Amino acid sequence: MASDKKFEPTNPTVKWVEDRLPIFGLLYSSLGAGYNAPRNLNYWWNFGVLAGFMLVVQIVTGIVLVMHYVPDVNLAFDSVQHIRRDVNYGWLLQAVHANGASMFFIVVYIHILRGFYFGSYKAPREILWFLGIIIYLLMMATGFMGYVLPWGQMSFWGAKVITNLFGAFDFIPFIGDGIVEWLWGGFAVGQPTLNRFFSLHYLLPFVLVGVVILHIWALHIPGSTNPLGIDANGPYDKIPFHPYYTAKDAFGLGVFIIFFAAFVFYIPDFLGHPDNYIKANPLVTPEHIVPEWYYLPFYAILRAIPDKLLGVVAMFSSILILFAMPWLDGSRVRSMRFRPLSKFFFWLFVVNGIFLGYLGQRSPDDVLALGVTALVYAQFATTFYFAYFLVIMPLVSRMETTKPVPTSIAAAVLEANKKG
Amino acid sequence: MTMMRNIKIKGLLAAILGMTAITSGANGATAEGVLHPERNEYTTTGIFGKWDIPSLQRGLQVYVEVCSACHSLDLVAFRTLEDLGYNEDEIKAIAVEYEYNDALDDDGEPMFRPGIPADYFPAPFANEKAARAANGGALPPDFSTLVKAREHLSFLPWNSVYGEDYVVALMTGYHDEAPEGVEMTPGLYYNDYFAGNQIAMAPPLFDDMVEYADGTPATIHQMAYDVANFMAWASDPTMQERKEMGLNVMLFMIVFVILLYFTNKRVWKKVKKGDDIDPSKL
Ligand code: HEC
Ligand code: HEM
Repeated sequence: MASDKKFEPTNPTVKWVEDRLPIFGLLYSSLGAGYNAPRNLNYWWNFGVLAGFMLVVQIVTGIVLVMHYVPDVNLAFDSVQHIRRDVNYGWLLQAVHANGASMFFIVVYIHILRGFYFGSYKAPREILWFLGIIIYLLMMATGFMGYVLPWGQMSFWGAKVITNLFGAFDFIPFIGDGIVEWLWGGFAVGQPTLNRFFSLHYLLPFVLVGVVILHIWALHIPGSTNPLGIDANGPYDKIPFHPYYTAKDAFGLGVFIIFFAAFVFYIPDFLGHPDNYIKANPLVTPEHIVPEWYYLPFYAILRAIPDKLLGVVAMFSSILILFAMPWLDGSRVRSMRFRPLSKFFFWLFVVNGIFLGYLGQRSPDDVLALGVTALVYAQFATTFYFAYFLVIMPLVSRMETTKPVPTSIAAAVLEANKKG
Repeated sequence: MTMMRNIKIKGLLAAILGMTAITSGANGATAEGVLHPERNEYTTTGIFGKWDIPSLQRGLQVYVEVCSACHSLDLVAFRTLEDLGYNEDEIKAIAVEYEYNDALDDDGEPMFRPGIPADYFPAPFANEKAARAANGGALPPDFSTLVKAREHLSFLPWNSVYGEDYVVALMTGYHDEAPEGVEMTPGLYYNDYFAGNQIAMAPPLFDDMVEYADGTPATIHQMAYDVANFMAWASDPTMQERKEMGLNVMLFMIVFVILLYFTNKRVWKKVKKGDDIDPSKL
């Protein structure tokens, strides 16, 4: 289905190249008029393209930042300030890159939840989904290491707390004992740690590019699903990607850029932590060590469990469990539009996730509403998080009576039009 | 269609709910006894924010005459004082007041030379140990990023703490005597706004401590306000350039997005309603 219409160049030069390297045909059949997509995709399907845009933005701004950044524990902090103060448009690059990471995560979280809601992970898109999870894990690693580079207080202490987590694996023979020192490259977070994080932070985005190419390749085998969740097999169910979705994505991208620019130009520090404006000091522990906002729900899960090893296992499982979704969800209907009960639990899951994020930035013994501590709330929310996948999803998806599903996309379009 | 709208509204609600949740707690952490700094007015706030040149110049004076005895400003070069409205000659005149010994004479001995615009404000102490020794063990923090390091933004504006406000509040928040029941550590001063209420910095400002060239009465509050403005500039010297560019980008993008909206609508015109579909072939 990747190429519904063949590319037939008329320009002789293009034809000459195409006969030797069919690169124009590849573009034509993946992003041009040769790729057909369901005609009823809504704006939630815009977020994959937005994620791709953010990946490019991060790579381009990152490469220029590296031209001025110095990965040295004594100079890193000042070199970032130098970029913001002295480099031409350095402040812009730095603000775009730092806020870009957050934008990237906002976009990807919506992209993933779109997948939850419309059952995008279900057959035949399981591998596409797995590649997405791998992308997400790589993003988490990249974001974490990037945050360490400016070598502010939160950079340093965040790096220390997160790398220390791996100490939970010290029971493993031979490698367990020294695993944290091995990650640090010494007996403390220091110069070797900064150097390797810098190296990997530069490398991983290019690995991401590779996995994203696989992701899109896998997407183009079955093509996108759609808000109705039914296969687009009928004669009028699909339309060419270009011009329809290029126009729609361009509009969505424009709106997104306005949102992004509002942060960059007006509140560039809103998503950051003030302590990262203080140079790293191994002798002064910040009052609260909190990770970047996009890790907070998982940080809350980690801290909800008093046992270190189990906490770490729970944190990693909370993401790895996504791999099992195609089988945990046994419904024959993809889209939650026709699964009212699933839809209800989906929104509960979203609210629970946001609540976990909130708890992640409180200290566990803070007393919140009803005199209950953040720790106890986090334990409830963590329980719900896992119950959603392990109990609710398997049961509800198999027992729920679904609403009638339209016979085809085209029929649904005509039907909606009749209603006005 | 209504279902679509339904999803969007719920999604939006969830997002708003989440944001308020995340925020309402963000500053709940302020300890007992520590007050929330009052919000002052600045010309720098808002999307049209501009530097308050007279206040910045007065703030520089307060920094140079008072705070620089203890606080460094490592990342600020004299040349950047251009932002404060000084011309090249004025900047040269400011720089030349300072002395540097980083050059070598023909015998390889350190040589004193006057400052030039490319130099950075010299630190009052040779190193951290010397700074602590002179301040009863406490370290006066560098001013280059201090305002940003004290800025705690929240989704709820009234929960936010702005660095400038904090500086003003700190300067004016001293008490001659600690409130009853508070056990003071010797050498520390009671302050309403400092975390823990006991600060090692003696009240640095007194009325008429400096004589402003423009004749503005030098009250404690006025000096605090001016130096706060100056420190805010030092922490974020590209603020005005950023907001000016932001305005252009926003105006351009809004027009561009409106055009994209109509382009998209036009492209989809026929397909949207399914006018291309032949119902007999379904
Ligand atoms: C006599 C030395 C001295 C002078 C002069 C001085 N300070 Fe300080 N300042 C200190 C010390 C010491 C600290 C550290 C206090 C502590 O950690 O308890 C400090 C801390 C601060 C802080 C940080 C408080 C915090 O939240 O950590 C600010 C802001 C500050 N000073 C502003 C000023 C301003 C503005 C001036 C000039 C009007 C000034 N200081 C003049 C010694 C001084
Ligand atoms: C760098 C990050 C990513 C990029 C650039 C990216 C790109 C894309 C693009 C361009 C599409 C097609 C347009 C769309 O449906 O929105 C897509 C679809 C999809 N993506 Fe991603 N993606 C990324 C991350 C992820 C992640 C983290 C997941 C899940 C864990 C994921 C899962 C999916 C799925 C399931 C689809 C098919 C959706 C459907 O057809 O309903 N992607 N992706």
